[in-house]
Amino acid sequence: MATGIRDKVAIVGMGCSRFGERWDQGPDDLMVEAFGEALKDAGIERDRIEAAWLGVFYQEQSTSKSGLPLSMALRLPNIPVTRVENLCATGTEALRGAVYAVASGAVDIALAMGVEKLKDTGFGGLPERPKGTFEDLWQPGFTPPGAFAQLGAAYAARHGLSIDELRRAMAHVSVKSHANAVDNPKAHLRNRITTDQVLNAPMVAFPLGVFDCCGVSDGAACAIVTTPEIAASLGKRDHVSVKALQLAPSNGAEMGHASWDGSYTPTTRLAAERAYREAGLSDPSRQLGLIEVHDCFSVTELVVMEDLGLSAPGRAPADILDGRYDRDGAIPCQTDGGLKCFGHPVGASGLRMAYEIYTQLLGRAGVRQIGAPTLGLSHNLGGIPNRNVASIAIFGLNQF
Amino acid sequence: MTRGLSSLGVYLPRRRLARKAIADALAWRTQAVGARGERAYGNWDEDALTMAVEAGRQALLTHAKVSSVVFASTTHPFLDRSNAGLLAEALGLPAALSTQDVGGSQRAATSALRTLLEGQACATLLVASDRRSTKPGSTQESSYGDGAVAAVVGEEANLAEYLGGHSENIDFVDHYRSAGHDHDYALEERWVRTEAWGVFVRRAIEVLLTRIGLAPTDVARVVIAAPRAVADSVLRTAGLSNATLAEGFYDRVGDTGVAHPLLMLAGALDGVSAGEVILLIGFGQGVDALAFRAGVDCRGQPVTDLATALASGVTDHAYVRFLSHAGALELDWGMRSERDARTAHSAHYRKHIVLNGFTGGRCTVCGTVQFPPAPACVNPECRAFAPQTPIRLVDIPAKAKTYTEDWLAYSPAPPLVYGNVAFDGGGNAFIEFTDVDPGEVSVGAPLRFVFRIKDVDRARGFHRYFWKATLRRS
Repeated sequence: MATGIRDKVAIVGMGCSRFGERWDQGPDDLMVEAFGEALKDAGIERDRIEAAWLGVFYQEQSTSKSGLPLSMALRLPNIPVTRVENLCATGTEALRGAVYAVASGAVDIALAMGVEKLKDTGFGGLPERPKGTFEDLWQPGFTPPGAFAQLGAAYAARHGLSIDELRRAMAHVSVKSHANAVDNPKAHLRNRITTDQVLNAPMVAFPLGVFDCCGVSDGAACAIVTTPEIAASLGKRDHVSVKALQLAPSNGAEMGHASWDGSYTPTTRLAAERAYREAGLSDPSRQLGLIEVHDCFSVTELVVMEDLGLSAPGRAPADILDGRYDRDGAIPCQTDGGLKCFGHPVGASGLRMAYEIYTQLLGRAGVRQIGAPTLGLSHNLGGIPNRNVASIAIFGLNQF
Repeated sequence: MTRGLSSLGVYLPRRRLARKAIADALAWRTQAVGARGERAYGNWDEDALTMAVEAGRQALLTHAKVSSVVFASTTHPFLDRSNAGLLAEALGLPAALSTQDVGGSQRAATSALRTLLEGQACATLLVASDRRSTKPGSTQESSYGDGAVAAVVGEEANLAEYLGGHSENIDFVDHYRSAGHDHDYALEERWVRTEAWGVFVRRAIEVLLTRIGLAPTDVARVVIAAPRAVADSVLRTAGLSNATLAEGFYDRVGDTGVAHPLLMLAGALDGVSAGEVILLIGFGQGVDALAFRAGVDCRGQPVTDLATALASGVTDHAYVRFLSHAGALELDWGMRSERDARTAHSAHYRKHIVLNGFTGGRCTVCGTVQFPPAPACVNPECRAFAPQTPIRLVDIPAKAKTYTEDWLAYSPAPPLVYGNVAFDGGGNAFIEFTDVDPGEVSVGAPLRFVFRIKDVDRARGFHRYFWKATLRRS
């Protein structure tokens, strides 16, 4: 009988590059920047790592579709490196590979690295890409903001809100994340904004304006994972362990079946239910000290609050406006600025979220430290609402 | 044996450019003299084929059984790929079908019509459609319009019974468009009026009437796709003293090329009474003259959907949009327009009925309708690996579940509108919208589907088609 991943694997070192327009850095530079921090944090030699997972989504930025870019950038000693991609859940997928390898007993220490070098593509926003020989023949030529904007119209219709009411709550999501990022030196966008600025910004994809969209950034983040026993032997008295790692991809029902009305993300609900069970959480909204959710767009964060069971159905706008998810609120969300302001180098984002939770759990977040949380959750929603991959990771502080 | 027309379908694109918008834009160059009325013009994703599909759908609503399809145009989107064949698949017609493209002259439709009326017994769908490119600032830019008309031709003649026809072939070059050239070159109008309309068109009418034993005064309506003054002079010189000219739709549509004689015929049939004689003239390097007797369906009331097609227009003053949609002006569309739109033709062929005919699947286990059809049922409660029965979704009404107006995505008609839609009676799809303005779509909005250009592969000179949602406007 499988017992899940809870407490089988510890994170002993994490690193994250500065995110942003890193014109002077290639993907190898970004990986080295993140890796150096993680290695120092773990206090181990590079050659103790026995296997590695690399998460990259867009392969067009001189990284290629294999494990080679990581192996070569870090000059790893020819250990196994596996390249993974699962849309915006790619970083979390890389972590899942490394964590499962340790949990299986196949290796003692493993590395998960996520990286994306988006700014070289020349696009503002995510690059265009062909979607397949059949799908390009019929699917709309959508963009991510346009695909996620659909949540807005459907959510407002389902809950009887006007678009203006919804946009006001969405605006607070972005205002909050900008305020949080001011205190994060690694964040891409570190300026305060006002609700009026958000509401009056040019429309990107109705009802999403410019400030409803996250930053598209260069960056890398990584984690070194091992067994709790080895963590202890490394002198890590308090360490962060993995409490849950869940993944729920769509099987086509959202896009193709009447059971979905477009106003929520069923995969997040499934992943959350499994993750709470795996982590042994009975009352997540009281137990979780902080959360990092996939705020690619403000409306995503809004509906996900309900999908995670943290806001009651139809209550997310009010909870958001009440400050429930502000840094000083009941469940601080995106204390580092989130995708919105820390930035969204796709392959790195899941690991960047883990990095913030890890940092907060260990009390290392400096001026943005939110007290002494013991449990944190990260959530990714890869793809688009009607066909996506949801990942949820829960991390906890194990104190000795 | 009776031969005739049993059904007519008309399609006109939604936008009608005010000729004043052209005149105003060119006022620096040309003194504006009497720019009146408007011309129909297609969206960027419309061409002679997509318009033909819409007209064909209308014509087949009442007479769905045809065993051949003839597609007349001088602007077929493909020179070497059966346009009529693609038209037939879009219309959901069976593979056992004869299909033919005809063109080469403004007479293409009337000549094909005469051949069909005097030939085989089977019912044929004849579609005439043109979307002619015009040089900016040309006379044709103002006078032409885009549109399509379809007719079911066969032994049923409840709209119009064929009485006879006469054709003459004369290499009279009033205008031409050479291979590899985009635009027409037109010659002097008065020469055309005097030497062509005044001589051989008049003669053809006389020969025809004599052959079928009618006097000029027996004719009630005449369809002449020519400027009003020209048509009047033909009426006069041919002695058609009891006849009235069919409406030319210059003020509301413009000259729709190969489709125009049939468009005017639709207008004529909408007002006549059963038994009245109608002359249909086709002109272009010669002449076709066809005589019909209005069928039993004609009671002085509309018998076609022409009125609806005319009323669906919205006046437009955006001359630059017109130029851009017509391909006459290349705007900068930014990096997102550079995406490779290569078609894997093997993949397209695997799914050609699914794509061309917008055909979904109905699960044989649970009955769930789905698009696209798949090896396993999409219903979360079923998921059976079971065969799916083809179901054509084209004519099933639907509603918008979600939507957006995307200003970031590449579209030659921004914003790109798309969303999830639910078909009445089951079935859901993620699909592009067309012919909608910002602010028009809402959750729950009633939708219908139209066959349109999906995207254009400039690198390989190909463009592909699929169905898009548009508002069902009451």
